[in-house]
Amino acid sequence: MDKFKIKGILILVVLVVALFLAIPSFLGKTELPKGWIGPKSKLRLGLDLQGGIHMVLKVDSIKAVENRLNTLAGDLKPHMIENRIRYSKVSYEAPDKIVVGLRSSDEYDALARLMADSYPDLVETDKKDSGDTTQVTYQMKPVEMKNIREQSVEQALETIRNRIDQFGVNEPSIIPQADEKIVLQLPGITDPERAKRLIGRTAVLEFKLVDEEHSVDDAVQGKVPEGSYIAYMRDTRQPILLKEATVLTGGMLNDAQGRISPSDNMPYVALSFNPDGARVFERVTSENVGRRLAIVLDGKVNSAPVIRDAISGGKAIIEGRFTDDEARDLALVLRSGALPAPVDIIEERTVGPSLGEDSIRKGVFASLIGALLVIVFMVVYYKGSGIIANIALVANIVILVAIMSLFHAVLTLPGIAGIGLTIGMAVDANILVFERIREEIRLGRTAKMALEAGYKNAFWTIVDANVTTLIAAVVLFQFGTGPIKGFAVTLSVGILTTLFTTLVVSKWIQEWVVDSLKVEQISI
Amino acid sequence: MELIRPGFRVDFIGYRKYAYILSGILIAISLASLFFIRGLNYGIDFAGGLELQVAFKDSVETGDVRNAMRTVGLEQAAIQSVSGGEANEFLIRMHQIEEDPTKSISTVAENALFQAFGKEKVDIRRAEVVGAAVSKDLKTKGLLSILYACIGLLVYIWIRFELSYSVGAIAALVHDVIITMGLFSLLQKEMSLTIIAALLTIVGYSLNDTIVIFDRIRENIKKQTGSFDLASLMSDSISQTLSRTVLTALTVFLVALCLFLLGGNVIHDFAFAMLVGLVVGTYSSMYIASPIVLLFSRVKK
Repeated sequence: MDKFKIKGILILVVLVVALFLAIPSFLGKTELPKGWIGPKSKLRLGLDLQGGIHMVLKVDSIKAVENRLNTLAGDLKPHMIENRIRYSKVSYEAPDKIVVGLRSSDEYDALARLMADSYPDLVETDKKDSGDTTQVTYQMKPVEMKNIREQSVEQALETIRNRIDQFGVNEPSIIPQADEKIVLQLPGITDPERAKRLIGRTAVLEFKLVDEEHSVDDAVQGKVPEGSYIAYMRDTRQPILLKEATVLTGGMLNDAQGRISPSDNMPYVALSFNPDGARVFERVTSENVGRRLAIVLDGKVNSAPVIRDAISGGKAIIEGRFTDDEARDLALVLRSGALPAPVDIIEERTVGPSLGEDSIRKGVFASLIGALLVIVFMVVYYKGSGIIANIALVANIVILVAIMSLFHAVLTLPGIAGIGLTIGMAVDANILVFERIREEIRLGRTAKMALEAGYKNAFWTIVDANVTTLIAAVVLFQFGTGPIKGFAVTLSVGILTTLFTTLVVSKWIQEWVVDSLKVEQISI
Repeated sequence: MELIRPGFRVDFIGYRKYAYILSGILIAISLASLFFIRGLNYGIDFAGGLELQVAFKDSVETGDVRNAMRTVGLEQAAIQSVSGGEANEFLIRMHQIEEDPTKSISTVAENALFQAFGKEKVDIRRAEVVGAAVSKDLKTKGLLSILYACIGLLVYIWIRFELSYSVGAIAALVHDVIITMGLFSLLQKEMSLTIIAALLTIVGYSLNDTIVIFDRIRENIKKQTGSFDLASLMSDSISQTLSRTVLTALTVFLVALCLFLLGGNVIHDFAFAMLVGLVVGTYSSMYIASPIVLLFSRVKK
């Protein structure tokens, strides 16, 4: 077998394989025929075509540092009492400090020892003596601060992934980025509002005792008793006085489920604690029978029922005026854990499914009409050679779709436009060659020589011209977001397939026509 | 069939003074519009803000939508019906939103619409919110990407040709980008990420034409034996490739025109930028790129 035949067979193999790979994508929503043995993977549609949400979240990680310092300040108080150090205040100061006021300067040494032994993450940065008292400022070590911030981003990522998994999204993509950002892509979401609520909710659950010894009204006037603070009820926005100490958190939950009460048909959330949580819950409830226990969710008091009896077994319920979905979603976020720090949605792009379908229809239609015009033009202008160029063009699109299906590339709306432009541009290579061939024929060369010279002379021009577009496409890919990336991909792949179909496929066909059919004049 | 007869010759280089004047005027107008008069009309990608595309089941007037927005304090929102969209389809836009992490602005706006028209009558077709930090970031990256593309191309052409060719090609390319952006500024068409993509594609295509011509110039120079007139050789080369230049521009133009007319409103502006870029790019590769190469070759001597 000669080289020419082998080349022909190889081209045929490539085309057949490409066709097999591309058929599922061309069929679109139509099902593959029974007994289809070829590959089944299709082009993935971008969010702009199938509908869905693209979101960029920023983790407000400094809040995690604040939380940590607040906890440390809370721990420090009993610790100081234990060590007989009398304080006038222990408070958090934004962004990264704790200020301790000592009633007697004599106790500074004891404090310094305590801090060095038990709070290695805090460093003394300032000390002010005024008369008999001393005020010391501690700052969190930068290393530790960085740690906390990084961990909070990792944890947020984990929690969000958990929530999305439980919410049930097909092929979600959750990718961390620089600057504490997380990029989320949720295809095919029908209720974006609900998804946003689920993802953005901090979901910090705390149980706190209600301070019933003091009056709320006095506290609102400004006389807040030591160790208590004012919180507000979620639905009525009434103030309520709570003890600062948290007796139990959502971190001790084993499970949470949205349920509907059989007696009054009201949705509620059923909680069950892990063994540690159950023990704490039993102790707290048995010690405080007759008092009120507040259920605090993200800082707001959901309800504050009276403890009637000690509760063993670690079960509790959260009631409220929930709808069915709200109860289920609340259970879901509690189950998947709290976010270590709040997240802000800094970019959000939602496309409804109806617009996506519209876009596909219009984009594909416009590209098809464009392709048709180009095909007609080529035949009118170059006759027989035009037909060959058109065969190469169809092969080009098939291979393009095949490669994109093979690599699970994403097709976006600008991507469809990119395929359209590839069609317009792909014939450029053919035009370059054909114009060359015409020149050679005018110089009086035979068909075979003209063909050879035409392809040879045009080769580097075609490569150079296409590499420049490829450079632009690669830059575009680096810079672009979703839809634009899709455009860059189709453009780049389109350039490579164009080089193949023009320089290999249409060249082979033309040579075959001249050699095997013994055509002496090229139809051009 | 032949659009341009073989042997047809235009003294492209001879017309270079007129081309410089024409391009100079176009660039001056573009720059004036870009920097002093109108500036660019940045879409939410680059300005930040909220954009909602909403379709209503019942007949709804712009005023009704505005009233609904007023109820939640979004009275500054610009409301317009979508051209080429379905009946009762509107675009609601607002720049410079106040950022409030506790509530999502799109949720607020959507709920206002649900309240006013009934949830089942409102189809939120698209909702985009871009925060100020993100939009600033995108703007920088968008401009940088054009810069990087230019540098990459400069280097490639330098490797494949000579520095003077590289300068000519980049001059033509910057020329195309400035004039296309100038037109966007004059017409106050919206600059978005998609338009940046179109600009970069234009950069690629415009160079495509330029390179084909440069290639022919180089080829013709190699054929010369004695001394020759570079200017006249350039005109010959551009004339010899004229047929191809026009044909390719035509096929790409046909597709871009179809996308412009039939592709729907998302692709519309993208295709518009392509059309403008194609015309300017084809002109510049014939009338600007080569004369500048000539200029630099002479300076070098």
